[in-house]
Amino acid sequence: MLLVKQLVTMSDLSMTGLATQRSTPRPRFKSGGLYPYWFYAPAAAIYVVLFLLPTASSFYFSLMRWSLFDATFIGLDNFAQFLREPFLLQGLVNTLTFAAISASLKVVLGLGCAVLLTSQIIARGYLRAVIFFPVVVSTVGVGITFTVLMHPTEGAINQALAAIGIVGPDWLTNPRLALISVALVDVWKGVGMATVIYIAGIVSIPKDYFEAARIDGASKLQNFLYVTLPLCRPATVTIVTLSLIGGLRTFELVWTMTRGGPGFSSDVIASVIYKQYQSGFYGLSTAGNVVLFLFIVLLVVPLTAYFNRREGHE
Amino acid sequence: MAKLSIRNVLAGASLFAMALIAGGANAQQVTLSLLVDNSPEVLTRFEALVAGFEAANPDVNIEIETRPGGEEGGNLVKTRLATGTITDLFTYNSGSLLRALNPGQFMADLSNEPWQADVQETFKRVVSTPEGAIVGAPFSTASAGGILYNKPVYERLGLSIPKTWDEFLANNEAILKDGKIAPIIQTYKDSWTSQILILADFYNVQAAEPDFATLYTEGKAKFATDAAALRSFQKLQQVYEAGLFNKDFASAGYQDGIRMLATGEGAHYPIISGALRAMGATYPDQLKDIGYFPVPSDDASKNGLTAWMPQALYVSKNTPNLDAAKKFLAFVVSPEGCEILKSTGGGTGPFLVKGCVLEGAAPAVSDMLPFWDSGNNSPALEFLSPIKGPALEQITVSVGSGIMTAEEGAKLYDEDVRKQAQQLGLAGW
Repeated sequence: MLLVKQLVTMSDLSMTGLATQRSTPRPRFKSGGLYPYWFYAPAAAIYVVLFLLPTASSFYFSLMRWSLFDATFIGLDNFAQFLREPFLLQGLVNTLTFAAISASLKVVLGLGCAVLLTSQIIARGYLRAVIFFPVVVSTVGVGITFTVLMHPTEGAINQALAAIGIVGPDWLTNPRLALISVALVDVWKGVGMATVIYIAGIVSIPKDYFEAARIDGASKLQNFLYVTLPLCRPATVTIVTLSLIGGLRTFELVWTMTRGGPGFSSDVIASVIYKQYQSGFYGLSTAGNVVLFLFIVLLVVPLTAYFNRREGHE
Repeated sequence: MAKLSIRNVLAGASLFAMALIAGGANAQQVTLSLLVDNSPEVLTRFEALVAGFEAANPDVNIEIETRPGGEEGGNLVKTRLATGTITDLFTYNSGSLLRALNPGQFMADLSNEPWQADVQETFKRVVSTPEGAIVGAPFSTASAGGILYNKPVYERLGLSIPKTWDEFLANNEAILKDGKIAPIIQTYKDSWTSQILILADFYNVQAAEPDFATLYTEGKAKFATDAAALRSFQKLQQVYEAGLFNKDFASAGYQDGIRMLATGEGAHYPIISGALRAMGATYPDQLKDIGYFPVPSDDASKNGLTAWMPQALYVSKNTPNLDAAKKFLAFVVSPEGCEILKSTGGGTGPFLVKGCVLEGAAPAVSDMLPFWDSGNNSPALEFLSPIKGPALEQITVSVGSGIMTAEEGAKLYDEDVRKQAQQLGLAGW
């Protein structure tokens, strides 16, 4: 028991870094506690070296114009420049669009698949494995594969469409469509995870509810709308949070499939920052990362607090 | 006491072993590492150069490492320079891309090598540090930017080489009316190819305004406000709006472009003559069908070539084997080296070492020679100024796909250039 507690505090430490000061005094075990505080040292050292120092230094370097070896202090110019970036706003809108498409489609499709895969159908175990499979494939591999599949003339998708007489769109080269195409691939890759979370949610609903509904003569649709759906709410919250955060950080798929193109039309914040780094604007891209960090914190901390509070009430 | 003595014996033995290894290496072999990009042309060339050099210098052993080309390879070189893990010898671009590396800090000074006397002056200027030290050696041919065209198409339709932009557009209209092939090939999947029409138009910019490069470096001339410079962007917008591109311009890549030009699926490809070398690898029989002309200006009396300086070979400042590395450079620019360079292709333009003359060049290269010889040429802007905005290729894709107008693109590029100039710490920005 004590060991478990110790582990919990250790992981607390690595979450906040300040746990030692904040934690309420615990009853000491015999003389001065079985485990001295310096047991925290290894975890603390790793946390300081791998997280606190880089974070602190990135705040420092975001105030410099620096190249490979020299650095000039320029105050907040990098931030001013970053916020003036012509494609920052579009990148922001694209990022939010991407996150919204990805999160909403994953919820809808994931719930649908989960309902199907918890009902009595043939080869249920096999189908569950199939739908989860894309999750374990490397994102870069998925990106490259779909770039080939979505080629406007030679790609399998448009050739299949052509076979039934439809002229397929230019998935990745049409500036209006490129971002949506990438988001759809993200959904294909991520829907398995959403399905698994929903399956867990549906399976954990006590059978009594369904029994009661059956006695009341509920139809299948009513069963779904008034029993399954409301009782899956925690699963929905988890999926929305996860895919929203994932969507905000999205980079690999966009970079492998369109490189933010054509032109700048599918740039997301992460690809804007990456291109700045690639061009050697290290100070500017560090400032961009600081802004992205603050942006995610501002978005996610209240969201998590809100959801946690809601869950506490239930 | 017993423990100590064992330790001493062990220490002594290992020291002795180390001395043996070190002594052995000194007496026999120096190993140099060489980092080159993995394009087949460059790799074959260096394999031949290294083989030739090792045959003449059995005490030096050169190990070739490869890296990707393009942006990715550039990042790799930058990272290895910054972390001090760069190879003894490495290849990298000349001109503005070299300047962005802070060459004085990482590359050995080669100004006083005896072979510098045989190297072309223009090339020396683009491999120099801002302080004036020469740090690179040539291993490749200079290239020309402009329009590569398919000669059989011109013969079939009875067209002649355009001297002005309007004549060029008229030729394209004739090809479009013929309805069989694409007048202009564009390949935006490899977005760097989208910049060439604008970059290769620089001869015309500087013909109209001889001071442009200097004023641009000082921040006094802008693409959006300078009529001649803005004209380059407008030319791109014009050919897009006239519907002259191949249908799959947005998804086609560089290799597709070369195929279309070689097989006559497209008539014109605005590109750097390095494409001829790539074509020699994939369509050697079609090289004879390809000709060259510069990007036409609006004035028939002004007609000249925009030149690209090739990548250069550099020596790391921290190499422990500086002498051996310099020996290799001397071999590359020597007459024996020249023979190897000639035998491993290089048909994109003249060599940059005096006395190393290309024989039996492709027709497109012969088309360039009058411009090289008459002096009707100018290095591209990125070789006259240390500043090249890194986002140009995305901007030209946008202008060339109708997402942006020429004016918007030029304005955006000026912004990009300003960032680069500030990053380089230039005065006046």
